[in-house]
Amino acid sequence: MSNEVLRCENLGIVFGGLAAVDGFNVVIKEKEVAGLIGPNGAGKTTVFNLLTKVYEPTSGKIFLNGNDTQGETTVSLSKAGIARTFQNIRLFNNLTVAENVMVAMNQSMKYNLFESTFRLPRFWKEEKEARKKALELLSIFDMQDLADVQASSLPYGAQRRLEITRALATNPSLLLLDEPAAGMNPAETAELMENIGKIRDQFGIAILLIEHDMSLVMGVCDQITVLNFGQVIAHGTPAEIQSNPVVIEAYLGKKKEEE
Amino acid sequence: MSFLNFLVSGLSLGSIYAIIALGYTMVYGIAKMLNFAHGDVIMVGGYICFFATQRFGLPAIIGVLISMAFCTLLGIIIERLAYKPLRSAPSLAVLITAIGVSYFLQNAAQLLWTSNPKVFESVVGSDNVKVGELTISYVTLLTIIVCLVIMVALTLFVNKTKMGKAMRAVSEDKGAAQLMGIDVNTTISITFAIGSGLAAIAGVLLCSAYPTLMPTTGSMPGIKAFTAAVFGGIGSIPGAFLGGILLGIIENLAKAYISTQLSDAIVFAVLIIVLLVKPAGLLGKATREKV
Repeated sequence: MSNEVLRCENLGIVFGGLAAVDGFNVVIKEKEVAGLIGPNGAGKTTVFNLLTKVYEPTSGKIFLNGNDTQGETTVSLSKAGIARTFQNIRLFNNLTVAENVMVAMNQSMKYNLFESTFRLPRFWKEEKEARKKALELLSIFDMQDLADVQASSLPYGAQRRLEITRALATNPSLLLLDEPAAGMNPAETAELMENIGKIRDQFGIAILLIEHDMSLVMGVCDQITVLNFGQVIAHGTPAEIQSNPVVIEAYLGKKKEEE
Repeated sequence: MSFLNFLVSGLSLGSIYAIIALGYTMVYGIAKMLNFAHGDVIMVGGYICFFATQRFGLPAIIGVLISMAFCTLLGIIIERLAYKPLRSAPSLAVLITAIGVSYFLQNAAQLLWTSNPKVFESVVGSDNVKVGELTISYVTLLTIIVCLVIMVALTLFVNKTKMGKAMRAVSEDKGAAQLMGIDVNTTISITFAIGSGLAAIAGVLLCSAYPTLMPTTGSMPGIKAFTAAVFGGIGSIPGAFLGGILLGIIENLAKAYISTQLSDAIVFAVLIIVLLVKPAGLLGKATREKV
């Protein structure tokens, strides 16, 4: 059967006495899409920052493809197979669309400073291959024609799609999407859902996504984890989560307050 | 001397400023710090080339290469020892450290090589070429050509290579760059290496044009080049070229037609006026804070 890509055991972080995330457990397998939902400030993005070692966890363990990630850095984890997008888009705005994708492939390119200074064959070969691969990746979202446009001049939805493409260019085994549908209209969201499925099948990777758009979460996820105040309050399939009273309470508040 | 002559020598002086300004602007662009020790790396480059060619009798080109290698290494070491530990420190601490490194280099040079000026022999001799009425010295010609070559090579490097793309990515968003697998420390080291290697070239060209070499030789051109970088828009590579060359021309024309004593004042007055009109410099982008 499929392999475990990510396993978090009792993951937690404390900021000055406040447990932003506490006892977070999740297991995601190959070709699985997992959702992470919860009210604002629940600690969802903090989980992403822990997984990518932007923050060092104060407790718990993270295993990527079966390996303990203790001592890994953000950069080495990117090489080991974690890629992510951001809640507020963080593209390299002064680079072109293709360059944004190509820069994420740097780690797999082998030519050195000397070879690039004197433009030796390996430089041309690798740059040409990178460009070709970038265009291939861009074609997932039908963006190959925008390759030489400056990233900042793309419309909002396209910027989100470019962020996903850039993350895929690092050749990940786990893709973290932080609110990929934020600010998208219903048509764009539906298209995104389709593409998330396509990416999973085509690349055979595991995906963990944070999202507020419930139609997307319920439509695309195989399993969902619900966070509130840094604690996991529910975990299960979309159907189980939808009918879970604890989740409904966290989102809508208790009945009593309405009276 | 004709106007054209002043213009050409201004262009040559400006080329030197431009090469130095590149070091400032690249380091600022990527590490968001003003490396005030940069001017003194120029002086070290001059001394290394001086000793290689005039004491050990090596050919000029070997002297330049040794000087470049030495300064590249010096730049990397300075970054590792002095600036890297301060990566997350307030920018004022880094600025003060840079000034400290600057004084350290000047005083180390004074201890090692005394403060007596050394007479630097031009790496290309003191001959001239005549083009019509125009007399151009070899040094002037060389300086302008070298500056053009560097401009083309560096533009290609930054735009077409993976290191160049990584540098541009890091200068925009270090965090996002790291998450895409780009090693920020290596990228910053490469930037310092390139900037310092160029400083060595600038040092040799500067001393070939103005042959007195002292431990303080680098400081005034350093300040001027920094001004040029700000003038053109700090962080912008084409800006450093434009700023450097304009500054050299303005300085030389001011010397020729207005007053030698006032030339520096005029240069800085122009800078002030430009910054009043375009606070980000000629080619600098106005930064918008995203909330």
